[in-house]
Amino acid sequence: MSEITPSQTVGPFFAYGLAPHNRCDWKPSPGYDWKETIGANLITPDATGTKIHIEGRILDGDGKPINDAMIEIWQADSQGRYAHARGEKPRPNAKFTGFGRSATDKAGLFVFDTIKPGSVPGPEGKPQAPHIVVCIFSRGMLRQIYTRLYFSDEAANGADPILALVPADRRGTLIAHKQPGTGQAIYRFDIRVQGENETVFFDI
Amino acid sequence: MSLIYPKESLSVYPKHLSPEYKSTVKRSPSKPLIIVPHTLSELTGPAFGHDAIQENDNDLTKQHKGEPLGERIIVHGRVLDEDKRPVAETLVEIWQANACGRYVHNVDQHPAPLDPNFTGAGRTLTDKDGYYKFITVKPGAYPWGNHRNAWRPNHIHFSVFGQSFLTRLVTQMYFPGDPLFPFDPIFNSVTDEKARARMISSFDLENTIPDWALCFRFDIVLRGREQTPTHTEKH
Repeated sequence: MSEITPSQTVGPFFAYGLAPHNRCDWKPSPGYDWKETIGANLITPDATGTKIHIEGRILDGDGKPINDAMIEIWQADSQGRYAHARGEKPRPNAKFTGFGRSATDKAGLFVFDTIKPGSVPGPEGKPQAPHIVVCIFSRGMLRQIYTRLYFSDEAANGADPILALVPADRRGTLIAHKQPGTGQAIYRFDIRVQGENETVFFDI
Repeated sequence: MSLIYPKESLSVYPKHLSPEYKSTVKRSPSKPLIIVPHTLSELTGPAFGHDAIQENDNDLTKQHKGEPLGERIIVHGRVLDEDKRPVAETLVEIWQANACGRYVHNVDQHPAPLDPNFTGAGRTLTDKDGYYKFITVKPGAYPWGNHRNAWRPNHIHFSVFGQSFLTRLVTQMYFPGDPLFPFDPIFNSVTDEKARARMISSFDLENTIPDWALCFRFDIVLRGREQTPTHTEKH
C-alpha cells in the first residue's frame, strides 16, 4: 500500500502565496515583499532560440472560464535540454529554468512568454516532437491534471510517440495554434477541462 | 539516482470527481485519462537554489512591522520519497488563513478581520536531510458555502516540488483532533483512513519552545522509489 501524502485542492486563495507577481487580480496590501521565484516569463537574458508567447483560457464543463486556476509548465530549452539535475554539466544558458507558473485572470486567461523548446528523446530512443508538459491546479480539482502542449507548425507531431497513443480525433486538443501575423510568434492553447472537445489529460 | 514512479501509489489520491465537494462536478475530466509512458519530460523537474528565497520567507510572523495575532506555532517536518529517503533542497511553499480564518485574498469576504501584520504565505527549501521549518500562527476555521453551515477544518496549504514533474504535490496540512473532520468533503475525498491520517500533523511537545510557541510535525511523502529496493525499512 502506498504511503504517499494524498493530494488536496489548491483552493481559491493560492494566488497571494504562489503567484503574487503574476497576472492574478489580487493585489497584495499590505503585502509581503516577495522575490519572484516562479513566474510566467521564462525568458532569461542567456536564453537562445525563438521567443514565443503562449496564451489560452481554461474552461469548465459549462464552457465558463475558470478564473482561479494555476497552470504550471515544464519544458526543454531550444536545444532540447532540460535544466534538471544539480551538478550536471553547466549549460551555456544556465539561467533558463524551463519552468513557469501562471494564475488565470478574471477571464480564465493564462499567458507565458518563453522559448520554443527543441526535440527531446522519447521512449526507445525515438525523438519526441517539441512540446511542453502542463499541470493544472484549481479549486474544484482535488488533484492536478496533466496535459501536453504541442505546436501547430511542427511536422514532427506526426511521428510523436506520445501523440500516437492519443485517439486521432482528440489529438487536436493538444495542439497550440500559431496565430497569423509577422511579429513575435503567438500560440493559442485553450484547455477544456470537461465536456465537448475536452482536452486530453494523461494518466501518469 | 533515478527513481521510478509506480502509478499504484496514486491510489490513495482523491478521485477527480467527488460530488460531495460541489466544485468538482464541472471541473473534473469526464473522458478517460490517456495512459502514457514516463519520458524524459516527466522524469525531470525544476530545481530551485537558495537564491530563490529570502530570509523571512519561512517566518510568517516577521513579514510585517508588528507581530500577527493568534497562537504562534512552529510547523516542521521532512520531505521524503517512498523509500523514506530525504528529498533535499526542494522548494516548499505554504499559504493559509489568519488566526480568525480570513485569507488576505480579495475573494475571501467572510466577516472576520484581516490582520495588517499577517499575509499568510511562506516558502523555504528543505536541507540535505529533507527538513523544513516554518514559524506562523495557527489558522482559523472558516465558512465556505459548499453545503449548509460548511466550515473548513483548520489547515495550512502546502505546495512541494520534489525531484521531477511527477512528484509535484499540492496538499493541505490539518491539525490533530479537529471536530470538523467528519463534515469536510475535501478532507474526506481521501477515502482511505490511513491516508487521511497522513494529512494530519502531530502535536510535537518536544519541539515546542517554552513560553513562546507550540509545535506541529508534518512529514510529507512524495512519489518515487528505487526500481529495486536496496534496503528494508526497520519497523
